[in-house]
Formats: sequence, structure tokens, C-alpha cells
Amino acid sequence: MSADFLYGIEVILNGLMAGVMYALVALGFVLIFKASGIFNFAQGVMALFAALTLVGIMEGQIPFSHLINEIFGTKIHNFGWEVPALLAIALTLLVMVAFAWAVQQFLFKHLVGQEPIILFMATIGLAYFLEGMGDLMWGSNIKTLDLGLPQGGSRVIEELSANLGGDDFYGFFIDKLDMVASVVAIILVLALIAFSQYTKHGRAMRAVADDHQAALSVGISLNFIWVLVWSLAGLVALVAGVMWGAKSGVQFSLSLIALKALPVLMLGGFTSIPGAIVGGLIIGVGEKLFEYTVGPMIGGATENWFAYVLALLFLVFRPQGLFGEKIIERV
Amino acid sequence: MNETATPQMQDQTLEDYTTADGRKIGGVMMDLKSITLRFGGLIAINDISFNIRQGEIRAIIGPNGAGKSSMLNVISGFYQPQEGEVWFMGKKRPTMRPYKVARQGIARTFQNIALFEGMTVLDNIMTGRLNFMKTGWVAQSIWLGSAKKEETINRQKVEEIIDFLEIQTIRKTPVGRLPYGLKKRVELARALAAEPNLLLLDEPMAGMNVEEKEDMSRFILDVNDEFGTTIALIEHDMGVVMDLSDRVVVMDYGKKIGDGTPDEVRNNQEVIEAYLGVSHD
Ligand SMILES: Nc1ncnc2c1ncn2[C@@H]1O[C@H](COP(=O)(O)OP(=O)(O)O)[C@@H](O)[C@H]1O
Ligand SMILES: [Mg+2]
Repeated sequence: MSADFLYGIEVILNGLMAGVMYALVALGFVLIFKASGIFNFAQGVMALFAALTLVGIMEGQIPFSHLINEIFGTKIHNFGWEVPALLAIALTLLVMVAFAWAVQQFLFKHLVGQEPIILFMATIGLAYFLEGMGDLMWGSNIKTLDLGLPQGGSRVIEELSANLGGDDFYGFFIDKLDMVASVVAIILVLALIAFSQYTKHGRAMRAVADDHQAALSVGISLNFIWVLVWSLAGLVALVAGVMWGAKSGVQFSLSLIALKALPVLMLGGFTSIPGAIVGGLIIGVGEKLFEYTVGPMIGGATENWFAYVLALLFLVFRPQGLFGEKIIERV
Repeated sequence: MNETATPQMQDQTLEDYTTADGRKIGGVMMDLKSITLRFGGLIAINDISFNIRQGEIRAIIGPNGAGKSSMLNVISGFYQPQEGEVWFMGKKRPTMRPYKVARQGIARTFQNIALFEGMTVLDNIMTGRLNFMKTGWVAQSIWLGSAKKEETINRQKVEEIIDFLEIQTIRKTPVGRLPYGLKKRVELARALAAEPNLLLLDEPMAGMNVEEKEDMSRFILDVNDEFGTTIALIEHDMGVVMDLSDRVVVMDYGKKIGDGTPDEVRNNQEVIEAYLGVSHD
């Protein structure tokens, strides 16, 4: 096999792994949008906030310490302990569930029945609030998240694949952290699907996504389901935040991963779980392949815009997304 | 004609009795006292009182816009009346949200069908069992076995209802693809899956052909007879109402203008003028 072809395969593999992460982030949007019609602009900031909280808890930081010091003239920063990663992840998850509850209780409960654009605006406010809250609780310096996950290229894969091609092929370069991230993302996606298909609350969630009146009539509390979907979105944000944070540090730019989910949603449709998955994979593979093949001819850096152009083309020819029902306007 | 001249039958004498076809009617299950419901300046329900007795089929009739659906919505908690009291099973019910009302054993269907269009018939009916599924989601997510067991038990009940309503052939069909008449039947099935004490049916036969209406009438009678379910239904077809119901409430412009057995109501002059006259012009 020619080296070019094999490197092409490597690009596809890397694209698939990126795609899984895009799909995961997109799922966070889909969960909330399906159940409540809210397009959650704060999804990216939720990932940032989750990662910040995880680092803070692991390092034993005292939340709001800067504020406390300002007011009381104290000089506290740390509890003086370190929390093991797994426990810290569990605690962070609790924080995200509390956040979900608070969002429902103090914000969206009072906005039931409002226009989608109002709900969307509310999530913009929420995003800025949460960003500020993250700074206030944990400080605004860049943090490193060290979970002890494997880093660097996988030697095993490189060596095993090296003799697939000729002399100018040195084996697949696959980042270990990317592999871990994909595996975790795949497990989470499968778990979310199983949850929604086979559990009592999963069925209730689908019911609410389909028809609020009917859901009420069989005894489903909309409030509860909305807290549930925001909690699940918080879980997705946590995983995405952890994986991205472990790779490139926990800082503001982490919240921009949400921007990667937008084209995925345009491709896959805002209400389709399979759509988010397939859309994520198409965009992940598409942008890496495009960069590999066409990129060098047009000066590279195509990954910044390729996904959006692809999504725009999709919007023109198939506005309902890959799996959406055809939209037929009645006149 | 004033209230006292309206024929009243078992309302006052609340001893149990047995109907001509052998069904047992008990005491008052749902008591609505002086209900008034307004939408801004519009009075949808104007100081209406009536009750529903254990085991009976209670019809609510009246011209379009009379406030019948609003009344069902008050009973099921979808609307909160500005005035009046709702007594259920001998207790005054506080202001209660619809999902809580449903959990108290009051199931309903909607005039404009509210089904989960994207789900299969089976899944739709299964949602009616949600309140029988006790295993929490944490337990379910960790140990799928308990979820499976629970699912099996509830599936059994659902299958019984499917057989009962003769919809075996469409079990796996997404509801969105069903014709109107079958959708109405699936909606009834979902309500029945909750094993309600009180079943509220808002125009269960509207838009059906004669044959479908006969089927639906038979199902309603069978539900009442076999499960002893108390039923309140809104229906336009006077023939159907006369055949099915034990007692009838007649509404017009938000007011109650008649209350009694089908025969009593049929011979009530005010009812004839307000309603029967309208329906035959
Ligand atoms: N949610 C609502 N908001 C405003 N007006 C309503 C609402 N529901 C019902 N109404 C009004 O209340 C009156 C009674 O309606 P309804 O109970 O649906 O009558 P029926 O079922 O007897 O045809 C109508 O004038 C209707 O327009
Ligand atoms: Mg009506």
C-alpha cells in the first residue's frame, strides 16, 4: 500500500476521534433542545466551568477565596489537601446537577411558555453569568488539568502499523489522549442512548420532547425532566471539558468547543441523537481530510472554517438536517 | 327556569344502587362546587356545581364553546379555576398541577389528541405505566436487570390493554403514521394503562365514522363494566350520549342548564331550546 494512502487512513482515524468529541458536545445541545426547545448558548461555558471546578476541587482550592480575602482581609487560598481524581469528578458532577437545578428553579421555571428567542437570550445571559462565576469561584488564571491520562503518540500502534507500507511510511501516529477521549465519549454516548431508550426517566424524557400536554397527562413532571436534561448536559459538559482541558489546559478558549458543535447540529438536525453522532463524525473526518488533501493548496488552516461551509451547503440543500423530517410549510 | 326546577336525581340521595344492566354505582367520587373559570373577561365556566359518582358514566354535553373542555381541564388540573372547590375521594383538593392530578389516578384524553407522535404505539401506551415503575434511575442505570424486570411486568399489563382495544396489529407502528380513528384509540389505551380511578374523555368519538363510533362506544362501556372505571365524557352525538351515560350535565355559555338522567335531560325544556334545537338546525 502506498504511503499516501496509509497517511490518508491515519487522517481519517484522527478525524473520527475528533468527530466523536464533536458529537458528544452536540449531544449536550440536543438533549436540552429536544426536551425544552431551548438552544443552550451556555453549553460551552458549562464545559469550561466543569473543568475549572474539577481542577479547583482536585487542588483543594477554597472557592471564592479571592472574594473572601477582599472582604475579610484574610489570606486563605487552599484547604491544604488534594482530592483524588475520581472523587473530584463525582463532586464536580454534583455541582453540575446543583447548577441544573438552580437554572430550572431560578431561571427557566419563570420563562415557561416564552418565545424561543427569549429563552435563547436567557441562555446568553446564563453563559456570561457562569463565566463570571467560574472566575469568581476559582480565579481566572490558566490551569493545567492533570488526571494522569496517557499522553503522546501510541508507540504500539506506530510499530505495529509501520510495516503496512513501504520505506516512506513510518506507522500511524495516534495520540493516546485522543484515544482515551474517544473511548470515554463513545461510552458516554452509548450510555445516554441506553438511558433514553430503556429507563423509566429516559422514556419520560422522550415523552416530554414529543408533547408537553400529553406528558403531563400521564403524570410526568416537566420541571423534573428539565432538571434531568440540564444535569445530563452538565455531565456531557464535564466530560468534554475534562478531555479538552487535559489536552490544552483549562482556560477561556475551552468554552469555544461549543462552536464546533454548531455545524454538527446544522448537519445532524437539532433534535436528532443519531444526527448528532453521524454529523459529528462527518465533520470530524471531513475537516481533517480536507485539510490533508486541499489544505496545502490553499494555504492550510482550513479546519477553522471548513465545518461551517459544509454546514451552510447542507442548510441550502437539506435544511431539516440529515435525519430531520422534511419540513413542509402549509400555505 | 331556575336551578331548583332542573331535574336532579341521585345527586341528593347518595345511596349505592345498581343500574338496570347490573353495574354498581357508589357514592360521590368527584365533587365540583361552584366552579368559576375566567380567561380575562371571558367567563368559560360560570358557577357550576355537579358531581361524579363512583362507577358511573357521566356525560357532559352542550354546544361548542359551552365550556365542556374547560371543565375537564379543571378536573385534570390543566386549568385552575378562580373560584370554587374540587373535592376528590372525599377530600378537598388544593391547587394541584396536572402531573400530580394524574398521579392521583385521574387519566384523560384530549379533544385534539395529544400523543407522542414519534414513538410507537407500544411506547406511547407504556408511558401510561410510568407511575407504576418504582425503580429509580440510578438503580436502573447501574443495574439494568431491575429495569428489565419492571419493564416486563408493565409490558404485560400494556399487552392486555392492547388486546382489549384490539390494536395488536399496530403495536410497533409509530403513532404519527396512524389514521385519526386509531390515534383516538391509542390515546384511550394510554389513559387505561394508568389504571385510573377516573377517566376523562374529551370527545372520544369526534370525527369518526359510524362503525368506529360503535367500536368506541363498546370499548367505553366495557372499560366501565369490566374495570369498574368511573368515566366522565364529553360527546356531541346525542344518540351515543343517551346510550352510554348514566347521568348527563348540560352546559351552555359556561352555565349549567341541566343535570340528570338522559331521559330527564332530553325532556328538559331549557335543554331542548339551548342545545337540542341548535344541533338540529
Ligand atoms: N386556554 C384558553 N385561553 C383562552 N380562552 C379559552 C381557553 N380555553 C378555552 N377558552 C375559551 O373558553 C370557552 C369555552 O371553551 P371550551 O371549554 O373549549 O368549550 P367546549 O369544549 O364546550 O367547546 C371558549 O370561549 C373558549 O374560547
Ligand atoms: Mg371542547
